Amino acid sequence: MTAALQTHESIIRDGRDDRDARSADAGSSPAEPLDRARAAAARVTDPEMPMLTLVDLGVLRDVAIEDGRVVTTITPTYSGCPAMATMRDDLQRELQDAGFEDAEVRVSLTPAWTSDWITEEGRKALKGAGISPPGQAPRHQGPVALTLMPTNRALTCTLCGSANVKLSSEFGPTACKAMYQCLDCLEPFQHVKEI
Amino acid sequence: MTAHDTNEPSINIDHDEAGANIEHGESENAYSGLLVNDASWAFGTDFEDPLAGVDTTVPEGVDSRELGVYCQMLGDDALIFSQRISEWCSNAPDLEEDIALANIALDLLGQSRLLLARTAAADPSLVPQLPEGSPVPDEDRLAFFREDLQFRNVRLAEVPNGDFAEAVAKILMYSTWRLAIFERLQSSRDSVLSAIAVKGVKEMSYHRDFAGRWVLTLARGTEESKARLLSALDGLWPLWDELFETHPIEASVAAAGIGVDPAEVADEAGVILDQVFAAAGIDRPERGALAGVRGQKGRDGLHTEALSKMLADMQVVARQYPEGQW
Repeated sequence: MTAALQTHESIIRDGRDDRDARSADAGSSPAEPLDRARAAAARVTDPEMPMLTLVDLGVLRDVAIEDGRVVTTITPTYSGCPAMATMRDDLQRELQDAGFEDAEVRVSLTPAWTSDWITEEGRKALKGAGISPPGQAPRHQGPVALTLMPTNRALTCTLCGSANVKLSSEFGPTACKAMYQCLDCLEPFQHVKEI
Repeated sequence: MTAHDTNEPSINIDHDEAGANIEHGESENAYSGLLVNDASWAFGTDFEDPLAGVDTTVPEGVDSRELGVYCQMLGDDALIFSQRISEWCSNAPDLEEDIALANIALDLLGQSRLLLARTAAADPSLVPQLPEGSPVPDEDRLAFFREDLQFRNVRLAEVPNGDFAEAVAKILMYSTWRLAIFERLQSSRDSVLSAIAVKGVKEMSYHRDFAGRWVLTLARGTEESKARLLSALDGLWPLWDELFETHPIEASVAAAGIGVDPAEVADEAGVILDQVFAAAGIDRPERGALAGVRGQKGRDGLHTEALSKMLADMQVVARQYPEGQW
């Protein structure tokens, strides 16, 4: 993976004091270890939707260097998301490959993840993979309203673009997706739910 | 071949074409490469502490034991109900519903994990003691190494599954009650409980809608589907009132601004359920509440026989191999 490491043009930048950064990588300029750590963390993809990086998904909240150790912070999409352990392992492995031993992965529960955090890049990547990206997440003022009619989303088929689609289930193959079917081309497809 | 000499069981036995056992050296183990970081307890989810990096300081003005027990009550509700719903796996009427039920169970399991981890962080003395060096994390100790009388879930969560109508009726009752509680719990002074509630509200809104829609579908479906739904609601109704009875611990943590007194949400939850019943064209069942034993119910650790049987099933492998690692 070393070929993928970012190298900065201005290798020699001195005079700035950054104890944390220097102890993580004493041989280079102060800001560089953090940049490299960020770049490494940004390469990690979601284990269940590998077309998305953790950044695209909005799950990677922070990358920092504390006392010479890289500390990344992730937040679960759903409380029972079984991919959290894999995300942690993948982050640690990618950082290790980038020269950061012993990176710590923290979990942050607040603020709670929302599908609104999926980036534009992420939405494009989802679409490209045949997965319908989420619309805007509901904002609750007061009690959550009971909805007894099927959720009405303005979606188009990810294969043929038809708007003539039908919700087949609000629960899909992963916690974060609903299932749809196109009534024109009959393609079944997944939709990332708004939460 | 020490395993044979000492007559100890060996679990890594392959057979060649002639049926003879093939011995594997440690280096040939196909799974050894998968142990990236460290071997972990075989029954957990491999993420050492679900609250790693979360500030679990107990807020001022609340007894840490009471906070711990309160989280255990909520965590046990979610764990036991999750286990019940997951029994539907591969048994639902169609694939979509099977997946929906599994997803609901997964959300509840995640909530339970966070809540039981909160219990352990608030008051470590509530966590069952295991021999030193045990690889079992705290929330799994709470899930797998407590006896039935130590569980504090409401009894609705433990009743044995019936047909699909019973499943959706039960999920509607549970999530209507629980959503009303979690909506208030979002403003808990305990930042961990508040965070768990904020996520839980998003998840359980889907659960309640799912169940409500199916109740409507079954009520307006055939004579058979309507009869089954009414029979399911009738059977579950005696457990509705218990959801809104205030246990002294709940009263105490509610007064401290940490928890929610369930009695407070009774009216709101009742109104929502009545909305579903009205849309479905059915009446609220008329059944009295299921009595406790000398006044004690689920929150006090007194349960129906169904919980003991479920725990036997849920806990047996973990208890058989408390040191099991992979």
